Amino acid sequence: MPLALNEEQRMLRDTARDFLQDNAPVGLMRQLRDDDNVKGYSEDLWQQMIDMGWPAVAIPEQYGGLGFGFVGVGAILQEAGKTLANSPFFNTVALGAAAIIHGGNEQQQADLLPKIAHGEMRLALAHEESNHHKSSRIECQCIINENQLTINGCKQFVAEGGNADLLIVSLRSQPTSKSAAGITLALVDPKTPGITVKKITMIDSRNYVHIDFSNVTISTDNILGKAHHGLALLDKTLDHGRICLAAEMLGGAQAMLDKTVEYLKDREQFGRKIGAFQALQHRAAKMFAELEIAKSAVIHALSAIDHDEDLAMVASTAKTLANDTYRLITDEAVQMHGGIGLTDEMDVGFYLKRCRVSIQSLGDSGFHKNRFATIQHF
Amino acid sequence: MTDLTEFKQQTTEWLEANCPASMRKIQIRSEGVFGGKQFTFPSDDAKLWFDLMVDKGWTAPQWAKEYGGAGLSNDEAKILNKEMDRLGCRKPLIGHGLWMLGPALLEYGTEAQKLEHLPKIARGEIRWCQGYSEPGSGSDLASLRCKAEDLGDHYLLNGQKSWTSDGDKADWIFCLVRTNDEGIKQEGITFVLFDMDTPGITVRPVPLITGESHFCDTFLDNVKVPKDQVVGEIGKGWSVAKALLVHERTMMADIEKNMPKPKYSVDDYAKNYLASDDNGRLDDGLIRDRLAEHMMRDSAIKLTQKRAFEEGMAGDFDMRVATIFKYIGTEEKTQKDTLITDMMGMAGAGWDNENFSVDEQTKTHEWMSNKALTIAGGSSEVQLNVISKRALGLPEI
Repeated sequence: MPLALNEEQRMLRDTARDFLQDNAPVGLMRQLRDDDNVKGYSEDLWQQMIDMGWPAVAIPEQYGGLGFGFVGVGAILQEAGKTLANSPFFNTVALGAAAIIHGGNEQQQADLLPKIAHGEMRLALAHEESNHHKSSRIECQCIINENQLTINGCKQFVAEGGNADLLIVSLRSQPTSKSAAGITLALVDPKTPGITVKKITMIDSRNYVHIDFSNVTISTDNILGKAHHGLALLDKTLDHGRICLAAEMLGGAQAMLDKTVEYLKDREQFGRKIGAFQALQHRAAKMFAELEIAKSAVIHALSAIDHDEDLAMVASTAKTLANDTYRLITDEAVQMHGGIGLTDEMDVGFYLKRCRVSIQSLGDSGFHKNRFATIQHF
Repeated sequence: MTDLTEFKQQTTEWLEANCPASMRKIQIRSEGVFGGKQFTFPSDDAKLWFDLMVDKGWTAPQWAKEYGGAGLSNDEAKILNKEMDRLGCRKPLIGHGLWMLGPALLEYGTEAQKLEHLPKIARGEIRWCQGYSEPGSGSDLASLRCKAEDLGDHYLLNGQKSWTSDGDKADWIFCLVRTNDEGIKQEGITFVLFDMDTPGITVRPVPLITGESHFCDTFLDNVKVPKDQVVGEIGKGWSVAKALLVHERTMMADIEKNMPKPKYSVDDYAKNYLASDDNGRLDDGLIRDRLAEHMMRDSAIKLTQKRAFEEGMAGDFDMRVATIFKYIGTEEKTQKDTLITDMMGMAGAGWDNENFSVDEQTKTHEWMSNKALTIAGGSSEVQLNVISKRALGLPEI
């Protein structure tokens, strides 16, 4: 599997870099936060992304997409991570489109994929039910009765859930408690009666909601994939998300490393640039080395998506390395900036906060190392 | 191209006809042919293979014939190398002379020096050792103080060299000495060659924590070195030494390539030495976590080398990344050795060969000997200095 970007992918990356640096600097994110923007993203920016065809990047050409694959999605997200640019892009494409591409029937694909490609539909995955990411511990219940599906339960921390036009909901359709069988995925319109959406504010100022389902009834046409056998599709979808989120995180880590090194070359104490102190040099050098190996794990995982390889191991490796590297670099960024790193005026804190939320999203390192070890049978 | 095709065919035929079967197996260090006056061949086949290759000039295939080589072109040498690799042929001769001093003499030596030394290296008659480090000059090699006093037609050497690899088995030494105390420390260094039998030399092997003594302390007490044994210009020995370092890295890679592949993978040790529950899950949660982390990082490091190569081919490689490999690779390797011996418990701390298997002794030995990886060839701290200067552009300390 290739680990270097091809010419088209490099062009996409460079275009995304230039566009986002110019149009979505950290200042935009700061503005959204200061305005208490409920959406957590700029409509103008999203429209421009649509105009450039970004939501279409990973959609197959037969459904109006560009067929560029997830290496392209990762390239965009890495650039977005650098400026903390938020939009419905990640949840719609990396989770939503991935689930429909791999689990949707012909009708669902023909109906939804072109809309995603054209930016007419924003998706979110309603899956978590507790403070910690889990793949299969699902209690939100659905009863399948003839051609109807009735949902009862709660979903928590649904990213972009308040903006979504359509939710993908993971449900327990057979009361077999913790077993792998008995899970069903469904496409649910958030405006369906019985759904209550409650906005929550997280430290990264993006859009998160808790969703309550009370006797929500929809047609079984909305089942995504096979009823009761949805776990494999769910895992595959989550792996797409984990890998793409890891790409975004590395962008953030890169920006923080660059800003910190710049600061070390600028700030003077004890009569010299603090970057001349070996205590700081060696730590900065380690940050650089860690980031480079994490990048390889992530591009490898993105490439694995496009080559239809098994994703579990590479996704867990990519997310673990991204988690640990982003944390190392943002923690060190604050420390090396000193007191000023704790002020809201500096951008450092924005990355620190985004880092914490992204580590907890789709699996922290403990989760992924446990998963890796289980797959490896040790 | 037809010439090369013919060369390839002849080479393959010759190798197949002449390389003994036992010389086509992976070799361990004790089976290496280093040559020299004291050397005894580990087997008759090794001697036969060596003699045949010396006759062909293929111990140093690219050196000119008058220097003991075969005068092969770059393309021909590549073919020979590839065919030897493909057939699994061992190197007929290895060592510091062939890999390090030879290339340095070709670049910096006088014609007389080349004619005197190169043929003896290629024919394995003289074994060389390296005299660089000193007790006070390790990472800061340029601070070396071994004194060379100018006495007209010769230098008089006084001082001490440390970490002389196989100094007790070598016939000659290439050595860095100080010919000038003033000015920039790198500029007063001269590169000289001398016979280890010269009066005034005492060599003392240094036992290591592994029980082996590959390295020696070498004491120089009024050692006379004729001036025609200076390689390169007087006071410019640092440049010769730096050029040699490149060859050292090639040598290390060559040695690595010929090493036997490990019998067990790292997770095999977990299964062989630690208890698991009915689902095969290790009881020791901390080891389980460390093992998963190591396997992830190890794969990411290998992928980074592959990525660097591919990005290089695509013209999209950030050269700064090249600075991390020595540091991150050797650090992870020593972590792995620690993890494996931890998993082995007391079996990873055994010494004798009655109560501990060969593999157990090897792993315990590796845990000790691989401590050198983060020290030799530029310590991790020196590597971090390099990353911070060259990759991050941070100011001088």
